[in-house]
Parts: sequence; structure tokens; C-alpha cells
Amino acid sequence: MSAACYLAWRYVARHRWQTLLLAGALALVIALPLCLRVLVQTTELAMRDRAVSTPQLLGARGSALDLMLTALYFKRQPLMPITMKQVQELRGSGLGKVIPLDVRFHAQESPIVGTEMDYFGFRGLRLASGQMITRLGDCVLGARVAQMRGLKPGDALFSSQEQVFDIAGVYPLKMRIRGVLAANGTADDDGIFVDLKTAWLIQGLAHGHDDVATTRDAVLKTESSNTVANASVRMFNEVTEANLSGFHFHGDQAAYEISAVIVIPNDAKAEALLAGRFLNAASSLQIIRPSEEFDALMSTLFQLQTLALAVMAIALGAALTVTALVFALSFRLRRREFATLADVGVSPLALSLTKLFEAVIVGTLAMLIAASLSLLVQIYAPSWVRWLLA
Amino acid sequence: MISITDLSFAYPGSSFRLQVESLTVAAGQSLALLGPSGVGKTTLLRLMTGLLQPNSGEVRMGAVSLTCLHETERRAFRLSEVGLVFQDFALLDYLTVEENILLPQRFAKEVLTPVARQATRGLAERLEIDKHWRTLVGQLSQGERQRVAIARALAHRPRYLFADEPTASLDAVRRELVMDLLQDYIRDNESCLIMVTHDKELMSRFPVHSKVEDFTSR
Repeated sequence: MSAACYLAWRYVARHRWQTLLLAGALALVIALPLCLRVLVQTTELAMRDRAVSTPQLLGARGSALDLMLTALYFKRQPLMPITMKQVQELRGSGLGKVIPLDVRFHAQESPIVGTEMDYFGFRGLRLASGQMITRLGDCVLGARVAQMRGLKPGDALFSSQEQVFDIAGVYPLKMRIRGVLAANGTADDDGIFVDLKTAWLIQGLAHGHDDVATTRDAVLKTESSNTVANASVRMFNEVTEANLSGFHFHGDQAAYEISAVIVIPNDAKAEALLAGRFLNAASSLQIIRPSEEFDALMSTLFQLQTLALAVMAIALGAALTVTALVFALSFRLRRREFATLADVGVSPLALSLTKLFEAVIVGTLAMLIAASLSLLVQIYAPSWVRWLLA
Repeated sequence: MISITDLSFAYPGSSFRLQVESLTVAAGQSLALLGPSGVGKTTLLRLMTGLLQPNSGEVRMGAVSLTCLHETERRAFRLSEVGLVFQDFALLDYLTVEENILLPQRFAKEVLTPVARQATRGLAERLEIDKHWRTLVGQLSQGERQRVAIARALAHRPRYLFADEPTASLDAVRRELVMDLLQDYIRDNESCLIMVTHDKELMSRFPVHSKVEDFTSR
């Protein structure tokens, strides 16, 4: 090792905490843009797969982004609902497969996804334990929900009240957990899947209670299609084998509401026909291609990322300037030391090399820390992104 | 041998003048430079070592005319042939005793053989600083630091030794120890010692004294 390098190393080693602090600060501003890029790319990758694998989405006219976030990532957005009649009309067109989705309720902060059995096949979801939904009131859990809440088949889960002060609104329903899905690293891991009818039950469109025929004292009035009873008639908040037959739906089921529909057209022609059908601005529905909406979203995100990177580049410039200032001040404070070395006979070149090596050591250390941080982010980005998107 | 001929020096814008017509120190000899503070002792020492360039005149060390050398050559000459003990020791606090002593040799690109290291260790033993061999000099007392500075000046076995108050921080016993070492060194190596001192008790050790005020005017 040259004397200049040796002296630089000894100085840095003697002042290792100050050096580490300086290198760490530098590393942070170097690593931040790298980490941001990795996180954005991982997010894009995680979200794009799901968008690309979903051919079309049907929903109420409004924000296409809200529709996509609700139907693909179960982020409950303020969407106008669509009716089952509209779903049946679409189904009747024979242009493709239709999978309705209802993402309006939640349980313990996790979204309840009302759907049909086709959804599981479409997403390639399989059970890790337990069984599939077999009747009203059953649910299967995404892997992460089960893991986070410590739930397993045979346990129960209450749906949450949507509005605490709306006593005529949604009542908590005790759902029977039938199975837990295998993890697939998507929003499905965070969902609580129920049959559409269970979702409507949670909404209050169906209910179960004591048989009024056996509790005649509670009946206040009997009309042709309606019986009015007093509060002594017990309402069921759980579906059991014993009370299953006591549950019934009210009103026209065609008017029942859902959030969106996944549409899997038969072919390209059917896809074009479906897109054309809902192009009319007068239609209350819209059909979107999630991949196109996703690209639009990513282009916005990319612009934001570019802006963030520009800000970080300025921060990096400022950090480098401050570091240069720190070195300049440090060398100024050590003027006497360098003068002594010069008096002893050390050449100006060797002295400059000593200073340069000190800067190189700090720079290398900063790069190593930055690389380690970036590597850590690269390794853990998928799980962090999953957590962020949950 | 060190010889000075018709040396003249003045700081720009100052009335201080230093004029030495002739001064010689033979090989194996020592010279004490005496004088009150501020009289110009350190200036003379810096002129003799080539750290300052005279306005005129010549400083010779053996066959080499220091005043005729280029700055780079002068620096290389100092690094290999000259030992300097600074008044303020000029040690690097973040280095150990060993590292401080061996530093000039490292910069002179000398190969630090085990024998050379052993010799340096022997020097430290004689100066009674060997027990601090791996200690940072920042943790030493003034007296110990002064002895480290002396060891550093001697470690590369210079032919010309310049010392500015090298015993100022030492007790009487250690002062004698250091003076014995310096005089043994110049005798054994046919070297020259030029030493600035205020200490009158040391005068008996120097056959030749020079009063610096004889060379200066204001």
C-alpha cells in the first residue's frame, strides 16, 4: 500500500464514525433514486400482470381508474353500482363469459368480494386448505388475510358495519370460513371471497328470522304478500344448517346491485363488438380494457417518478456539494498536519493523493452502502409492494 | 559537513534581516543555536534545512548545495538525508507511536524490513517509549510526544539532524537521556547536529555555540 493510501486509510479508520455518517448520508441520496425506480418497476410488474390477464371490465360510467382499482385490486372506490339486469343482458348477448364482482363491503379492513365460482377458475386460484363455498354465509379467505388474522377453515369472521349510525343499514354477518386460498402474490391474497348472494345478504337485501307461523303473537299485521311483526321476532346474524331455510330475498333480484363485471370475450370480434356497444356516451355503462388503463396510469406515475428523480438529482447535487465542503473544511483544519508532512519532505503529489484517497474511501463506502440498500430493496420490494397495495 | 556562506535573508515587508557570513559544522560535530525568543533561531534553522530559500548565499550539506537544488530535489533530499525535530513535535494524533516514527520512511518508499522495524523499536526502547508502541500519540503526555518526535527524526538514519528545542518538555533525567542518544548518534554515524535551545545546562555538551542575535538585525 502506498504511503498516501496508508495515511488516508488510517485517518478514515481513526474517524470511522464520522466517516460512516458522511458515507451513510451520501449513500442515502445515491440510493433513494435507485430504490424508487426498483419500487416503481416492481409495483408496475405486480399490477400489470393482473391488468393484462383481465380482457375487459364493465362498470358504471365514471372513472375508468376507479373501476379498474375496484375490480382488479379490490380497492373500494366510490363507484356507481350496476344491476344484475344489466349483467344478465350482457350474458344474454353470448359475446363472452361474464363474472360479476361486488366489492362494497369489508371485514376487519379486508375487502369482501362477492362473486361467482367462475372467478376462482379464471384467476387460477386453488385452495391451500379447507373447502370451497358451499352455501349462503360461507367464505374463503385469501392467504394473507388468513395469515394476518390467524384464521383457518372452521373459524368465523364478522363483516363490518359500513356506517355505525345507520341502524337500518348493513348489519354484521357472521360468516363461516370454509377454506383458505393458496397465495398467488396478487390482490386475491387480501380478499374475503363470498358468493354474490352472501354479499347481498350483508347488504340487507336478504334476511333470515324466526318463522312467524310459529310465533303468531308477534304478528302485527298480515297483508297479501307482506307480514308485519313486532321486535320479538329474532333476526339471524349467522347462517346455520338449522336456519338456512329461514333466509329469503326481498324485491326483484334483477335490480340487485354489484360493483363491476369481468368480461372474457369469446374472440377479438366479440371484444370489438362489446367495446363498441358501450362507446355511446348516453349509455350508463362503460367497458374498459384494463391493460390500456394501466398504461395510462403508469404514464402518469412515470411523469411523477421523473419529477421525483429530478428533485432527487438536485438533492444529490446538494449532498455532493456539502460533502465537498466537509472535505474542504476538514483539510483546512488539518493544514498544520499537511504542512508538517511537506516540511518532512513529502511531495505535494503525495499529499494530494492522500486527500484524494480519503475522498475515494468515503465515496466507495457510500457506493457500497447505497448498493446494499438497493439490493435490500430489490430483494424485499415484492413483499413491500404487496403490503403497499393491500 | 554543513556549511553556510554569505547567507542573507529577509521576510518581505519586514525590517528583520539575517546575515551569516560563514558557519560550518563538521561531520560528527554538533552546534547549539542560542538566543532569546523571536530572535530568528527557527528562521535560521528553516533556512539551513531548505524550508526557506535565502535571498542570497549558499547552504551546503556535504557535496550538495541545497540552495542550488530544485524544490522537488530539496524535498527528496530532506526526506532521505535530514532529520527534523519540530518545536511543537508535529505528530499525527490519529497514528500510533510506531506509525508516526515510520511515516517518513513510508513516504520515502523505503522497504520496512523486519530488521529496520527492529532497529526502530530499539530506538523507542532507548527513549523509553516502547511500551506505548501501539498507542495513539494523542493519548501520550507532552514528554512522551517529544520523545516520539525525536525517534521519528532519527528512525531513517539521517546524515543531518536539526532539532528545535528537543528537550523543552522533558524532565532532567529524560533530558540527559535524549542528549546522550543524540550525541551517540552523531558520533556513531558521522552526522551533524544543529540544535536550537534555551537550556543553559546543555551548553557544556556543545563544543560550538552560536548566538543567533549576532547574525540578525532589525
